[in-house]
Amino acid sequence: MAIFLTESSSVIVQGMTGSEGRKHTSRMLASGTRILGGVTPGKGGQQVDVDGTVVPVFNGVAEAVAETGADVAVIFVPPKFAKAAVLEAIEAGMGLAVVITEGIPVHDSTAFWAAAQGTSTRIIGPNCPGIISPGKSNAGIIPANITGAGRIGLVSKSGTLTYQMMYELRDIGFSTAVGIGGDPVVGTTHIDCLQAFQDDPETDAVVMIGEIGGDAEERAAEFISASMTKPVVGYVAGFTAPEGKTMGHAGAIVSGSSGTAQAKKEALEAAGVRVGRTPSEAAALMREIAG
Amino acid sequence: MDLFEYQARDLFAQYGVPVLRGAVATTPEEARAAAEAIGGRVVIKAQVKTGGRGKAGGVKLADDPAGAEAEARNILGMDIKGHTVHRVLIAQASDIAEEYYFSYLLDRSNRTFLAMASVEGGVEIEQVAVDNPQALARIPIDARTGVDEAKAREIVAAARFPEAVADQVVDVAQKLWTVFTGADATLVEVNPLVQDPAGTIIALDGKVTLDGNADFRHPEFADLDDASAVDPLEREAVAKGLNYVKLDGAVGIIGNGAGLVMSTLDVVAYAGEEYGGVKPANFLDIGGGASAQVMADGLGIILGDPGVKSVFVNVFGGITACDEVATGIVQALAMLGADATKPLVVRLDGNNVEEGRRILDEAAHHLVEQADTMDGAARRAAELASRA
Repeated sequence: MAIFLTESSSVIVQGMTGSEGRKHTSRMLASGTRILGGVTPGKGGQQVDVDGTVVPVFNGVAEAVAETGADVAVIFVPPKFAKAAVLEAIEAGMGLAVVITEGIPVHDSTAFWAAAQGTSTRIIGPNCPGIISPGKSNAGIIPANITGAGRIGLVSKSGTLTYQMMYELRDIGFSTAVGIGGDPVVGTTHIDCLQAFQDDPETDAVVMIGEIGGDAEERAAEFISASMTKPVVGYVAGFTAPEGKTMGHAGAIVSGSSGTAQAKKEALEAAGVRVGRTPSEAAALMREIAG
Repeated sequence: MDLFEYQARDLFAQYGVPVLRGAVATTPEEARAAAEAIGGRVVIKAQVKTGGRGKAGGVKLADDPAGAEAEARNILGMDIKGHTVHRVLIAQASDIAEEYYFSYLLDRSNRTFLAMASVEGGVEIEQVAVDNPQALARIPIDARTGVDEAKAREIVAAARFPEAVADQVVDVAQKLWTVFTGADATLVEVNPLVQDPAGTIIALDGKVTLDGNADFRHPEFADLDDASAVDPLEREAVAKGLNYVKLDGAVGIIGNGAGLVMSTLDVVAYAGEEYGGVKPANFLDIGGGASAQVMADGLGIILGDPGVKSVFVNVFGGITACDEVATGIVQALAMLGADATKPLVVRLDGNNVEEGRRILDEAAHHLVEQADTMDGAARRAAELASRA
């Protein structure tokens, strides 16, 4: 099973002919992802040889879907063109649009999120490392060699903390790891992933990684307390972040007294989630449950 | 980026939002000239990006240009909650009949925009929200349809603006929406929005936050950033394209990825509790790549902070390979030469870690020591800082 992304997922890469798109297309193919095409306006008809795999390029997403039947789009398009690229993926009826691009204006991401409501498209990101179901498929930039398949689910705002946690628990392995992204507005939330992990027979327990800013973790805590029976271990980054400063991620900012790591930790603990003080402590807590 | 009031006022004026005549001044003489040009009674307002300036004595009235000059002389250079006043706004003084509140903002939780309006303006709106929540109307705005006349009327009705000014506020609400979208703002706030004795609606004070991600379509905002208000090391970091936030501790931090770096600060602070309260000195995310140049730039900035006693380099090689990072550290130390004076604790893990550790072992730089885990490295860096 895994969540959102499985061995039957077929992927196109928007922005495949750019340097990042090309590099990660190669990595995704190497980790077993079924990549059926790339999309770059004006370069339709070209064939790109990616380490021996020939991948056709299309001018538009609709055309790529018609030709290949792909249902997942991974988007590496630069910020300036990202909104149009995501809207195109939505219009083409993609089931999943994984937006890796960092630096998309929030008016644009709010617009494409609104456009996706009531359609069949789930957006992951933007400003995220993507999603991996180890051994099945990899849509994004999460390194596939950190760990293999297992029965832990992982949802995180941060890319490197995703990698760190996968590494800490590499002997146990993961059903799916989702990097939901560090922007103020993201397409898939902690709650969406928690719900999907709760419903996934291949997931036994979930690690949830949060960080300062917004109230996504507090809302997730409410959801866990009301709707989850599987154990959840938490970690929150940013206890030492000063008020009013953006810490790397556009969404990582403590505003006044809201969005603090302490408040998030307390909300999670009140919902029965065990929260580690450090990534390795969170990993140890998960090990007690899933090891 | 938060704008100063005078910048918000200029932006409002560009979009046709009614504002009073005003000009910014950086010297008492300029303040006098501005007051002469405006004529009549003026208000002198400290330009700082923090609240409570009125209470701090940063807003004064003057009857004539000489008075404006005198008040500006008092206010310029004043410290308001740690913000030095470098500029004052000289604006036409207005008689106020009623004070209202109006804002548009990004509602992260609901992934949409929100209009907030109240006829109880001029005070801290957070206080209104707590004391009298029904006095603050909150109307969600669909990003696709925005604020047209009908939506503006809905907001105005929900906030119960008086009938006599409803049409004017509806017009201002639509214009403020064009400011919000046109400038790629995440906050446009008018507090107070006033009605003068003649019944005219005026935006008397404004707060605007711009989305830095949208800078590429707003070359006109490039000059708005106030370099003088920023820490010199932060300014240098921006010039070098580094994501750096200055803090006040003793352990300099370099890492890759915003989440991991935030986590590193926390882990250092925990470890520091054992060593007399040692704290992190900064946030510095060098991102995916970690070339020698980026590493040298980062180290250079951190070592330029006199508070730094030790440095913790924490890298998880996901896409980045640890051998490249190790090579970057070695080359960076060579580039810095005698300028590198503080001990470095390096923790590498992930992609090509064995090769990375081997490179650092072989280089055997006298300032560098390696640690196997993030927690262990944090303890060591805190210990080194506490001894220095």
